[in-house]
Amino acid sequence: MTRFRFSQTPIDTVAARRELLDPSAGGFVSFEGWVRDHNEGLAVRRLEYEAFVELALKEGERILAETLKRFPIRHALCLHRIGDLAIGDLAVWVGVSASHRGEAFEACRYVIDEVKHRVPIWKKEHYLNGDSGWVNCERCAAAPHHHEEHAHPHAHRGHD
Amino acid sequence: MQIKIQYYALMREQAGRSAETLETTAATPAQVYVELARRHPFTLPAEQLKVAVNGEFCDWTRPLSPGDAIVFIPPVAGG
Repeated sequence: MTRFRFSQTPIDTVAARRELLDPSAGGFVSFEGWVRDHNEGLAVRRLEYEAFVELALKEGERILAETLKRFPIRHALCLHRIGDLAIGDLAVWVGVSASHRGEAFEACRYVIDEVKHRVPIWKKEHYLNGDSGWVNCERCAAAPHHHEEHAHPHAHRGHD
Repeated sequence: MQIKIQYYALMREQAGRSAETLETTAATPAQVYVELARRHPFTLPAEQLKVAVNGEFCDWTRPLSPGDAIVFIPPVAGG
């Protein structure tokens, strides 16, 4: 069973959590990324997620394998939606079980941070004012003289 | 030689297609991007992109072979 998966339909968090159960685990931490109704001053109406699935699955799996090596945890899982999402929808779910809570919190944070920076997934925001745009792509491209922004292409804030 | 290009997200919209086959003399993904940027209204400079060949990240100077499948990867925004 792969530990990083895409879903075209709503993520079943109860079933996902069940995959992490382990008699040696004393704690479980999850993170849910939700579709927010605003971003960088604009009112957001809905989102579209698109992925380069073949490579995204490999890179996602690499992140989870790294996480299991780096932290003394039992299990880790990340599920990501693709397609059209509405405000309040669950876009991404990360779960980690571990013997102790400290490692579970740290590993969960590591997974979501790495996924946001490395996995080829793109988000198109549709705004209330009728505009739309690919997050992290269009403003940089529209204003190539803003070097400060270019130096930190991943500094953009997402669901967190 | 012929190579294949797949497009995603902003680049798919700017290329007006999800894939194309290119007859080219370009030897590297960097040269392919320069060639394609002449015929499509791409706004992202190569420095902001990553590139994958045959489903794996690679260097912009990786030598290309006939039939290779290239994907230019705009800044990602998962989560």
